[in-house]
Amino acid sequence: MDTIEQKILSILETVNDPEVPVLSIIDLGIVRDIKINENEIEVIITPTYSGCPAMDAISINIKLALFEHGYKKIKITSVLSPAWTTDWMTESGKQKLKAFGIAPPTVKQQVCHTELFHDGEAIQCPRCNSYNTKLISQFGSTACKALYQCNDCHEPFDYFKCH
Amino acid sequence: MNALIDYTLHLADNALILGHRNSEWTGHGPILEQDIAISNIALDLIGQARNFYQYAARLINDSTLQGAKAPSPGGEGVGGEATEDTLAYLRDVKDFKNCLLVEQTNGDWAKTILRQFFFSAYQFYLYQHLQHSKDETLAAIAEKSLKEVTYHLRWSSEWVVRLGDGTEESNSRIKKAVDDLWVYTDELFEAASFELLATNEGIAVDLSLIKNNWLKKITDIFDEATLRFPSREGQAVRWNGKDGKHSEHLGYILAEMQFLQRAYPNNYW
Ligand SMILES: [Zn+2]
Repeated sequence: MDTIEQKILSILETVNDPEVPVLSIIDLGIVRDIKINENEIEVIITPTYSGCPAMDAISINIKLALFEHGYKKIKITSVLSPAWTTDWMTESGKQKLKAFGIAPPTVKQQVCHTELFHDGEAIQCPRCNSYNTKLISQFGSTACKALYQCNDCHEPFDYFKCH
Repeated sequence: MNALIDYTLHLADNALILGHRNSEWTGHGPILEQDIAISNIALDLIGQARNFYQYAARLINDSTLQGAKAPSPGGEGVGGEATEDTLAYLRDVKDFKNCLLVEQTNGDWAKTILRQFFFSAYQFYLYQHLQHSKDETLAAIAEKSLKEVTYHLRWSSEWVVRLGDGTEESNSRIKKAVDDLWVYTDELFEAASFELLATNEGIAVDLSLIKNNWLKKITDIFDEATLRFPSREGQAVRWNGKDGKHSEHLGYILAEMQFLQRAYPNNYW
């Protein structure tokens, strides 16, 4: 017999990040807690980036998914602290990213410092697995991504940057 | 309480106005990757502003409930509850508490980069301290925002070096930007009265603690970029943005940013 929390969790696993649709919000690590109050489900989420435009869509999609399964009173609470980090991304999430052609965040937070023109960190090309890659831009198509190019197969690719 | 509200609005206004300025580059960046970069930074800043405004609105509404007269609430003549939207769209120039630096015009890419660099370095050290504020909400917003600002600082620092130590043309442009903007950096470290009050309560960051770090950062990057500090002779700024005394630029920004809500109140688009 599943607990209600587990049921909710399995429903939330079907809610995807609208900007990176291969990732569920559980893969992304933004669901911080699920609380069952009197007849009310409270889902506690944290934003990836302060200005992430996907957060409103995600809140709506969580509500819709839970409505579909018969839950009526749903509260979404957004918390800022502790701040989201890519370390919370699940292993399966990282594999899904790579299969999708986006290099997953590296484990060590080497990029999160202010050192200039830093290229000590090797990001693996999701296409040919080469580490011989170069940074094109620290800012990519969405706030969470940087733009890289592979020096071997020449494919440009997104890197889900560490945060 | 009033000092906390003013301080929160000050943090929000800084982020909103610079975010808005940066967003003016969207679709006009020098190359696609940098257009995307400056737009991403704009988005981060506006997101930070939203977090601060939401908190300020909550504080204002709470203090109104308790019968206190809140300072600069929804703005003159704005009844009802304060929200993030009333605070951004319905206050006037004199209600805004942003520093003059962030409202300066974009100019060329060099000026935009330098303004970002000065401000990101300031935000970087400010948020490092603010994340330990006695006020839990401000601390949480600072902790969240610091990661974003770290990227902004690195990106803008690299561009300052690239332009300063680049071609003759890029060097002359960034030098001109230094001459234009340097005068506005003093204000970052001159505490307004609400900042002093909030600092005494352990809420706001003591600006004297971050000034040296900021100056060292600027000096290091300037050295690498072969840039020098300009002479200050004859330069004096007559306004004080934190107290609502702004340059003429802020009025133009607000006219554009607030047009829809002013012309069609409560409308969505
Ligand atoms: Zn490759």
